[in-house]
Amino acid sequence: MQTLNQALFIFFAVLAVASAILMVTRRNIVHGAVFLITTLLSTAGIFLLLQAEFLFIVQVILYVGGIMVLFVFVIMLVNLDVSMRQVQFNRQWFVAGALALVLAGQFLFAIWAGRGALRLPAMASEISPKNTEAVADALFSHYMLPFEIASILLLVAMIGAVVMAKRRAG
Amino acid sequence: MGHLIPPSIMPFVLPVLYAVVIVAVLPLLAGYIVLMERKVMADMQARLGPMRVGPHGLLQPIADAVKLLLKEDIIPDKADRLMFWFAPLVSVTMALLAYSALAIGPAFQIADLNIGLLFILAISSLGIYGIVLGGWASNSHYSLLGALRSAAQLVSYETAAGLGLISVLLLAGSLSMKDIVQAQLDQGVWFGFSVPFGFFIYLVGSIAETNRAPFDLPEAESELVAGYMTEYSGFRWSLYFLAEYANMIIVAGIATTLFLGGWLRPGARYHEHIPGTGIEWLDALPALLTLGVALYSLKLAPTQPVKIQKIVMLLVAVLCLGVACVLAGALFAPPAVMQGIHGAFWFMAKVFAYIYAFLWIRFTFPRYRFDQLMRLGWRFLIPLALVNVIGVGVAIVLRQQFAWGPIVSLIPTTLATLGVAMLLAKDDAPVAEAQTAAGE
Repeated sequence: MQTLNQALFIFFAVLAVASAILMVTRRNIVHGAVFLITTLLSTAGIFLLLQAEFLFIVQVILYVGGIMVLFVFVIMLVNLDVSMRQVQFNRQWFVAGALALVLAGQFLFAIWAGRGALRLPAMASEISPKNTEAVADALFSHYMLPFEIASILLLVAMIGAVVMAKRRAG
Repeated sequence: MGHLIPPSIMPFVLPVLYAVVIVAVLPLLAGYIVLMERKVMADMQARLGPMRVGPHGLLQPIADAVKLLLKEDIIPDKADRLMFWFAPLVSVTMALLAYSALAIGPAFQIADLNIGLLFILAISSLGIYGIVLGGWASNSHYSLLGALRSAAQLVSYETAAGLGLISVLLLAGSLSMKDIVQAQLDQGVWFGFSVPFGFFIYLVGSIAETNRAPFDLPEAESELVAGYMTEYSGFRWSLYFLAEYANMIIVAGIATTLFLGGWLRPGARYHEHIPGTGIEWLDALPALLTLGVALYSLKLAPTQPVKIQKIVMLLVAVLCLGVACVLAGALFAPPAVMQGIHGAFWFMAKVFAYIYAFLWIRFTFPRYRFDQLMRLGWRFLIPLALVNVIGVGVAIVLRQQFAWGPIVSLIPTTLATLGVAMLLAKDDAPVAEAQTAAGE
């Protein structure tokens, strides 16, 4: 079982990273969106391996089923022929690349330096049956105030968007 | 048989078997729902419908399938070939995947997830990518417009339908399909009766989500040829078709589980036995119903015009008789087997009743205009669903604090929601009239 889990983790991790790279490098923006969806789905798969069923389903419903549908919707309204001819990366891409390399080096160093302490905890032996309830309990009791603040923030953003759209239309 | 299969594989055997059965049976079922649709349409329009292939057109789906498989597979010149190939697969895979959490009877379920309902909703909402990508990849204006309409419609109505479902989740207190049915048994009422507005909202939302008339704007033939499917032909087209009908069965399955008691038979709490036996009166109903169908087709058989049609009609009668025998035989089997078989019968019966309602609505209402569709979704259904959810919350408090019964506590909620619905409809009517008058 352990090896199967590891194999699945490697599969999802490789898929996520590979599609993330493909998303950035594709010229066709719709293909890019499809690879972004694949990345999000493989991340959802990793959540499932960690037995966080609720996070898995939220990732699929919100990001893949909701936000990405809107992304694709907007992309299709864009004139693709024009965007195909435009320059894909700006001229500073090698600066960004160098920075990314430095960051990767830092990560590798941190992992290497802490390799003695790096021990993965054993997998939970059985699936905890009340995943959704656990998330709800935490959100509505312990983190009630942050949760409400976040909700109000989203509500304000939504009303703001509606007001702005109305003004432009009027 | 137990020693033939290693114990490490044992838990996977039955689910795999179920999955194979579902994947094998579903295309046939979809074909016969198409036939049912054409027959119901014909009946409502005082016609006969398909009559040529087999008696009363019973073999029409087979002929259609052969025709579709033999058709030329056309890929447009300027299409995005990879996406064009990929899109129908997404649609059909997601539609089939959603069946893995659907509980067709207490025993017949591939996986009892404790996020079962959310899983079905999430997976079936991914089917939209098949439509959107297919419409885009065809590189045709009709297809693209159909895809865009479909995406907008799905995003709008998913919210309303989801809020409609939440009212049931509050009452059942679980996301597992099995527990939701069990909750309906414990409370002694199908949730469709205790929260009729949740059911109504989900009914409208599910019609819109499956792109069926009167919300079939993504494939409105008078405006968009066939919408996102315009450039598809042959097998790829039939994949889209299969996905559409598979989704219809899925939403019917969700509605059955949440609102119509799932696999519970009517009167699941009454146990009146036939004197002298351990058999309940109501359990004999499925066998008698199928026996009736068998006798009726036996009566029809001699009146068929051609010999081969007589034979096919006889075969139908024998098939129904076989089903009746199985249903009757189950009465004498152990209770677990009996409930498995009869549960599947009642579940499918309710699913088909729901699909019949779909067809009925399709042939009764004219197609909505796009602005009407959006107004109905955002300004009527969503506010109504919100009021309904709050009302159900109040009802649960009433039940817990004052020990009101599960049915009585929801009556004020239903009345309040009805009032809000009438207010919303009244508020909306002048706007609708003004817009129609302005010729929008």
